[in-house]
Amino acid sequence: MLDWLQNVGKKGLHVFESLGRSTMFFLLILQGLGVALVRFRLTLREIYSVGVLSLVIIAVSGLFVGMVLGLQGYVNFAKFNAEESLGIFVALSLVRELGPVVTGLLYAGRAGSALTAEIGLMKTTEQLASMEMMAVDPIRRIIAPRFLAGIISMPLLAAIFSAVGVLGGYFVGVGLLGVDSGSYWSQMQANVDFSGDIVNGVIKSVVFGIACNWIALYQGYDAIPTAEGVSRATTKTVVRSALAVLALDFVLTALMFGDI
Amino acid sequence: MTTRFMEIAVGLFVVIGGAALFVLAMSVSNFATSSSKEGYYLTAYFENIGGLKVRSAITVSGVRVGQVSDIVFDSERLQAKVTLRVDKKHNYFTLDTAASIYTAGLLGEQYIALEPGAEDDTLTDGDEIEFTQSAVVLEEIISKFISNAGSS
Repeated sequence: MLDWLQNVGKKGLHVFESLGRSTMFFLLILQGLGVALVRFRLTLREIYSVGVLSLVIIAVSGLFVGMVLGLQGYVNFAKFNAEESLGIFVALSLVRELGPVVTGLLYAGRAGSALTAEIGLMKTTEQLASMEMMAVDPIRRIIAPRFLAGIISMPLLAAIFSAVGVLGGYFVGVGLLGVDSGSYWSQMQANVDFSGDIVNGVIKSVVFGIACNWIALYQGYDAIPTAEGVSRATTKTVVRSALAVLALDFVLTALMFGDI
Repeated sequence: MTTRFMEIAVGLFVVIGGAALFVLAMSVSNFATSSSKEGYYLTAYFENIGGLKVRSAITVSGVRVGQVSDIVFDSERLQAKVTLRVDKKHNYFTLDTAASIYTAGLLGEQYIALEPGAEDDTLTDGDEIEFTQSAVVLEEIISKFISNAGSS
């Protein structure tokens, strides 16, 4: 019984410890963001590795998600003779939810895991420690540019996902199933609000970008410096990022669209 | 060489992302059609607005000329006060213009149809449209129909 209590206390303290450390880490990153902006060349290289290299998977997934939405939407709207509403359905689901969320999940798997492994390996091979020896702050030099790059890339990736998805829905709905092209676009334009839907989608993706990068970088920075520790940290990154994206999505949706 | 390639790739990435946002704003959302143009405001009182919502369309002969910007209940007149935002170039509505709430399709969205009258003077910003016709509530028609059928 006493052992059990002791165990619970230890676990609880551990949770608070890592929460505190990750918060401090976050604040340190925020402090280092100025340097990342001034030395933008560092950030540029990271945008290449997290943004440009994720482009293909994002675009292809967006296309397929849009096509599936077009197909599923058509099958169900056809029951009510409301095929014209297909455009609204595809655009709203992509812009409001699927664009930011699926991009966040894919980003966590494609770029977040790579970030964690990279930073974790830097720690394992004592590159971070040697930087500190040379009075170079690894948070400013290594972490902050990656964080900034992720926040810049995420909304762009989500926008590309949504735009490609709308086109995918168009190919299936208009091209294959014969929905009228004019009503697809005009119904969409009449019902998708710029400030209400598109801007909120962008805000969502920025929030997911912050969450995913924070988790990925913290897990790498905090990894146990062994091969096993890095692999465990990578797994944790993907799992926690996915949970964070989905949970944050619910909160943000309730805040943004709860009153409609 | 590699940095140059990276810079070009990142530049392309940002351009593609920007283009995607532009497409979303211009051809997916109502950004291009609604918020950019100047407009003026008219008010109209209705007994019953049915399913009319903020941002519902305002049309003349089926052509869209503006949108509903605000709906409140006026507790003094005990009627719904609807504020209409009409695009500036449509400034030909006469003082005896009539506003009616119609439904697009049988169960579709509701909109306000304006019908200009015969007077010479036109409505300007802040004016009230006097002749209004409320929305048709489907249940009322059905219940009338049923009670008529029962009495005959």
